[in-house]
Amino acid sequence: MSTRLAQGGRLIDRQKPLRFTFNGLPMEGYEGDTMAAALLANDRMLVGRSFKYHRPRGIVASGAEEPNALVGLGEGARFEPNQRVTTTELFDGASAISQNHWPSLDFDIGAINARLARFLPAGFYYKMFIHPRPFWKHVYEPFIRQSAGLGRAPKDRDPDRYEQAYGFCDVAVVGGGVAGLAAALAAGRAGKRVWLMEQAAHWGGRAVVDGVTVDGAAAEDWVAAALAELGGMANVRVKARTMAAGLYDHGYLLAYERIADHTPGDGRPRHRLWRIRAGQVIAATGAIERPLAFAGNDVPGVMLASAVRDYAVNWAVSPGDRTVIVTNNDDAYRTALALADAGLVVPAVVDARACVTGALPQAVRDRGIRVLEGRGIAKVKGGKRVTGVAICAQAGEGSVLEEIGCDAVAMSGGWSPVVHLWSHCGGKLAWDEAGAMFRPDPARPPTGADGAAMVVAAGAANGHLQAADCLADAHAAGGGTGAAPTAVTEAEAPLEPVWIMPQGAGPALRAKMWLDYQNDVKVSDVQLAAREGYESVEHTKRYTTLGMATDQGKLSNINGLAVLSEALHQPIPATGTTTFRPPYTPISLAAIAGEAKGELFQPLRRTPMHDWHEAHGAYWEPVGHWRRPYCYQRSGEGIEDAVRREVRNTRNGLGLLDASTLGKIVVKGPDAGRFLDMLYTNMMSTLPVGKCRYGLMCNEQGFLSDDGVVARLSDDTWLCHTTSGGADRIHGWMEDWLQCEWWDWKVYTANLTEQFAQVAVVGPKARAVLEKLGGDIDLSAAALPFMHWAEGTLGGISARVFRISFSGELSYEIAVPAGQGRAFWEQLIAAGEDFGVMPYGTEALHIMRAEKGFIMIGDETDGTVIPQDLGLDWAISKKKADFLGKRGMERTHMTDPNRWKLVGLETPDGSVIPDGAYVPATGVNANGQKNTQGRVTSTYHSPTLDRGIAMALVLNGPDRMGEVLDIPGIDGKVYRAKIVSPVFYDPEGEKQNV
Amino acid sequence: MLILTCPCCGVAAEETELQPGGEAHLKRFGPGSSDDAFEAYMFARANPKGVHFERWRHAYGCGKWFLAARCTATLEVFGTYSAQTKEPPAEIVTKIRAKRPDWAGWSA
Repeated sequence: MSTRLAQGGRLIDRQKPLRFTFNGLPMEGYEGDTMAAALLANDRMLVGRSFKYHRPRGIVASGAEEPNALVGLGEGARFEPNQRVTTTELFDGASAISQNHWPSLDFDIGAINARLARFLPAGFYYKMFIHPRPFWKHVYEPFIRQSAGLGRAPKDRDPDRYEQAYGFCDVAVVGGGVAGLAAALAAGRAGKRVWLMEQAAHWGGRAVVDGVTVDGAAAEDWVAAALAELGGMANVRVKARTMAAGLYDHGYLLAYERIADHTPGDGRPRHRLWRIRAGQVIAATGAIERPLAFAGNDVPGVMLASAVRDYAVNWAVSPGDRTVIVTNNDDAYRTALALADAGLVVPAVVDARACVTGALPQAVRDRGIRVLEGRGIAKVKGGKRVTGVAICAQAGEGSVLEEIGCDAVAMSGGWSPVVHLWSHCGGKLAWDEAGAMFRPDPARPPTGADGAAMVVAAGAANGHLQAADCLADAHAAGGGTGAAPTAVTEAEAPLEPVWIMPQGAGPALRAKMWLDYQNDVKVSDVQLAAREGYESVEHTKRYTTLGMATDQGKLSNINGLAVLSEALHQPIPATGTTTFRPPYTPISLAAIAGEAKGELFQPLRRTPMHDWHEAHGAYWEPVGHWRRPYCYQRSGEGIEDAVRREVRNTRNGLGLLDASTLGKIVVKGPDAGRFLDMLYTNMMSTLPVGKCRYGLMCNEQGFLSDDGVVARLSDDTWLCHTTSGGADRIHGWMEDWLQCEWWDWKVYTANLTEQFAQVAVVGPKARAVLEKLGGDIDLSAAALPFMHWAEGTLGGISARVFRISFSGELSYEIAVPAGQGRAFWEQLIAAGEDFGVMPYGTEALHIMRAEKGFIMIGDETDGTVIPQDLGLDWAISKKKADFLGKRGMERTHMTDPNRWKLVGLETPDGSVIPDGAYVPATGVNANGQKNTQGRVTSTYHSPTLDRGIAMALVLNGPDRMGEVLDIPGIDGKVYRAKIVSPVFYDPEGEKQNV
Repeated sequence: MLILTCPCCGVAAEETELQPGGEAHLKRFGPGSSDDAFEAYMFARANPKGVHFERWRHAYGCGKWFLAARCTATLEVFGTYSAQTKEPPAEIVTKIRAKRPDWAGWSA
């Protein structure tokens, strides 16, 4: 039984008991506990089930490397699956439920998989679920989805707040052990701007647990003094509960601060994601102990030796009365001493090394504890918890020499430096034969913008596992001058690499040796992968799922690749490691989103009339970052009805459109005309002052990119209108050519889109309403003909009036200063009352332009359409020697007479062809797909003509007038359509020219 | 997440402030050029592992285009310079040569 010891526990406050529940059972812990410590203190050994075989699983580790003890934390909207109890600080009222079992943790039907294990080897899914093919969709996938996954996703909206913040420093020290503290002290004393962060809530790392003496004081006291000194430095920022998740280019460090995980609902943001720019990163991230691969090493009660020590020293938790220790190194003997100090029994230390003579083993022997040399564990006895171990010779095949009864097993296979931050940005590793570990290769560090190393590994993360070396290394890494802190510890003899225990174990034992606990990958699986030809460690990882669990192989990777190397008969460095990718431990998606959700997800652009639209029934449509009214719904009116009403009213009376989103770019300067002649396909330099001209812009490939009306304002000034979505892009396009190609041309551009509100006043009554507003502009047909502009005042507001039309009606587009847009709009609404004015939205705009056969960028164009395809040859200058896109249009494919070209489509029965429908042709293409000869680009019900109209790109369309096409819709119907002119309404232009 | 210093406004700008613009120092081929020359201008782009010259725009800053010389493998930045030039400045070429002795050098 695991239990709470009567004394000790450096992190817990026995005066502050906390209540919590596990699977509904009430339990008690203390302030300072992790949930793992509290569960063990309540004898909760079995905490979950493994992913594949549903094997019983207990707590293995004491920190972020824990692969087993994942639970669902919290309730209701604060429920969160897959949380590690080893990194969860206990708080009063906490609740957790176990995962991956049915119907209960203790009795799990899925555990049948364990009995079927020999039929579920590595690559099982790949081998099994291939044939017959239809079974994948209907049988295999639903079954796998049902049984896969760990915790359940929460159902309610997350009630907590998450935020992001920026940090800047010269040195970011990651890790709050003695190495991190020493490095931070050195850098801080040198006056550098320092960030020091520790993922846990407490400081000191291993040294405080292992009783190291630093500078003559207990590590605990040295740590407290170091923190006090750092806290007094204005240039140093110290952050606990902050995990450096990933290091990216040029010193960009992401750190994840868990502010309120342990104080839920206290109003503070739950998590904060720090986006830090660090001049240098010191990775003092420590090392992680490796498990040993022996049969039954996954039974609850088998734990890492360092974790057993942590639980005893930090939280006064006994893993059981009798703990057998199994090791290949001296460090694990500290666990024996810690347990003995706590009054617990260590029946034996099982050491794989043949001869053990070091100081630590001697200290253990002096306590009367048996040390078994050259021995290993043949098998762990027990199911849901350990009941004993069978001892064998490490050199043998597993013949049992004796059995020892015990409640727990503390194992140590040596230590692996945490090299993640070093590796994220390209730092390379070197294999250290003596330490049997990969450590950062100082000759091949990750480099920054200046080509110099941007990460320094320090302490245990750099392979210096002994406290004295560790402190000296960290002091140097921090740029320390003078003497480094000194440490006194017992000398340790070298470890002996042990990758399989016993080394000659047969298949039966190897199939019970777990490498990856969460994903159920065993020694036998990796060896099978090697036999099946998997030589690359990256391939083996994906084939066996080794290291793919939520712990990302923190415990399993090195053991796994050592087993693979042996199976491949090659040295470990030849096998190499898999890629270390951020984040180091999982971070919440909410922290990645930060405040960017809801209204703050992206900025909303509002025209000056936005609020008026909102108040008058606008049904919004997103257009870029703008919102534009699609139509204005009246009460009891459907969307389609509203659109039809708006079209008819505009055609027959008076309509108003908020056209403020239209791009408005001023191009000015001595070379402005020359510049616009390069930008547009037609000639703009010859446009007289006072006139407007429709223009097309193409990219260098000749494909149509944007269109709009250009007005010449003065001798050296043009105003270019662009599409609503294209304003920023086209302004950028202009600047690109001016800055990078024709930088000697004297041209200035300014994007004035938001400086002006623009209103289209459209319909037979348009002139009448503007004359009613009153002003000094002669709006008569003679004074202001079609495609001219004038300026003056209208209704007391200074205005520029463009007589242009995108609807085919008499139409004026009027630009006024943005600040007066709303007032001007309301004047028009009031003055228009007598004329039956109605605002209209973007859908009415689209329909009216389609009735006139006007193209819309993005509907009739898709980045592969040249102006000639749309019958716009008239807008392409034949006189100009050059313009952007001219050479592109001369390519053979563009000049091919057989191209898809713009036509109108008319359905004999008046039906509306589905949007995007394709026109099939005979035969099939190389991929076995039906050939096509065209597609529908715009299709609407025309309220004016009361029937469906469509525009389409059809092979040689203009030469095929009158031909009838069959167009299948995805609704299963076939639509018959006759090829006609795309201009359906007022082809002579009589209405707009009045 | 690169940091490039805009030579126009002097700001050390993070990648989120910048808009990439592809290979620098392209020579435009317009009407009258051969199909091969136009194809090369339009589509053929160098994609070296190592020293590369690129166009960047300080889009969420001063709005100016500039050019950068950097290593695509290590992301080392050798320098940034004005876009109003047809070839990399001599001092940047010298600096690259010193740091990358194997570099084949810049050619138009």
